[in-house]
Amino acid sequence: MLIHKKSPGDVKSSEITSEADFYNRRRLVTALGLSGLALSSSLAAGTREVHRTNAPLAGPGWLEQKLSSTATSRYSTSEDPTPFNVVTSYNNFYEFGTGKGDPEENSRKFVTDPWSVEVAGEAEVTGTFTLEDIMKPHALEERVYRLRCVEAWSMVVPWIGFPLKDLLSRFKPTSDARYVRFETLYDPDQMPEQRSRFSTIDYPYVEGLRIDEAMNELAFLAVGLYGKVMPNQNGAPIRLVVPWKYGFKSIKSIVKIEFTKRQPKTTWQSLQPREYGFYANVNPEVDHPRWSQASERRLPASLFSSNSIETLVFNGYAQHVAHLYRGMDLARYY
Amino acid sequence: MVRLLKPATFLLSLLPLVWICYQIWLLQSGSGHDLGADPGKAIVLFFGEWAISFLVLTLALTPLRTLLQETWPVRVRRMLGLFMFFYASLHLASYAVFLLELDVGNIARDLAKRPYISVGFAGWLLLLPLALTSTNAMVRRLGRRWRSLHRLVYVVAVLAVLHVFWLAKSSYFDAFLYGLLLLFLLSSRVFSSAAGLLLKLSKAHF
Repeated sequence: MLIHKKSPGDVKSSEITSEADFYNRRRLVTALGLSGLALSSSLAAGTREVHRTNAPLAGPGWLEQKLSSTATSRYSTSEDPTPFNVVTSYNNFYEFGTGKGDPEENSRKFVTDPWSVEVAGEAEVTGTFTLEDIMKPHALEERVYRLRCVEAWSMVVPWIGFPLKDLLSRFKPTSDARYVRFETLYDPDQMPEQRSRFSTIDYPYVEGLRIDEAMNELAFLAVGLYGKVMPNQNGAPIRLVVPWKYGFKSIKSIVKIEFTKRQPKTTWQSLQPREYGFYANVNPEVDHPRWSQASERRLPASLFSSNSIETLVFNGYAQHVAHLYRGMDLARYY
Repeated sequence: MVRLLKPATFLLSLLPLVWICYQIWLLQSGSGHDLGADPGKAIVLFFGEWAISFLVLTLALTPLRTLLQETWPVRVRRMLGLFMFFYASLHLASYAVFLLELDVGNIARDLAKRPYISVGFAGWLLLLPLALTSTNAMVRRLGRRWRSLHRLVYVVAVLAVLHVFWLAKSSYFDAFLYGLLLLFLLSSRVFSSAAGLLLKLSKAHF
């Protein structure tokens, strides 16, 4: 059913950056960029401004402080970001329910502070670290990435976070560390779908990357979006973003990172190996058995124009990642 | 009361349509609505849910008559069956318009390649002769054959559950819910006809 009750925590549409403001800001930023060019060429790199929302979201003090000095990234796409209200109301976060609106509805009371992450496996430094310790040495940057869901819809999200490789190198992975395995929180008290008898998913949710994929410059750990701390429904407080793979690889609410010798058993692959592979690279030529992957609906879609666009190989990030898969049959290793 | 039964059922059955039209109006006029970021898909799912709900309702009426020893449930059976066809047709039409954008190549590809689409479409095709023979004149003309023809609805029920089951990604709640309801309603018929048969046999012997 589609009947939603509005609750006091809902963001009013008036609080969302209007399109006019967005474009005005862009004009301003462009103007600043031009004057910057006149001053010094080194300033030209900072011509973009971090996308921000007025939504009332706040994290712990130390995180707010870090968020206030977020830089922009050269890896950002110049495409217009999907509006904040869409990014935060249309989610696949099955722990909070399988409907697209369920995560927003059911994650309001989700506790993400304090938070700690266990680091284990084939590395010199292992142990359990608080989120603050995990993030301490890393400066935050904004990366505007395309997000392509395996269900054939897509968004453009201004994430805030830091490169995954910068964190992983701190633990000094050994030569036996060939894969990285990630795990989402398992807490049936807070996550209703983990209690469901009708779910075939064996929780906790697990995802993984090959170590060279994890060390790629595009692999990103996000702790916020639109200038603010990560909303619960988007995977607070810390989540993976792997923009050249289908969205389900970008695991949310991470509590464990493990360096492994063998390819980890990941959730969707274990559930339906014919439909979801370990690699799950965005590929318009390899269809999901139940639907085509050749095109995608860029959200928000309107009624009589589905905003359908062609899906790009590696979600348009081929120049950064195609070399990782040289010589591999991508129809077999989907 | 009895006189109000049919008009009241008719108006109530229109409520889902009224609600979705209101949401579409809100959406098109740029106000807040409940259709989400992918309204086309939301509308298709909405009509699908109501089609299968009307299927369950329609099939519940005959056992309800037996249970209550009242005839009013079967007096609205044909109307609810037609509403099932109505919402199933809107489900199919909105799928073709909003998701496939009436691209004939797309539609043909989907029908051939996607088993849940072919199963759903087959179910809708089977509803066609039932809807076409729902007039009083047709009931009279077909006589006994009318009843046999309309048993096709049981096949439609199986196809509908298969359609929902095949669509599911990991949560089988809907599939189980509709599957169990329909299993219950179909088995109640098997039981009552078996009981009827036993009764006949015992009468023949004594």
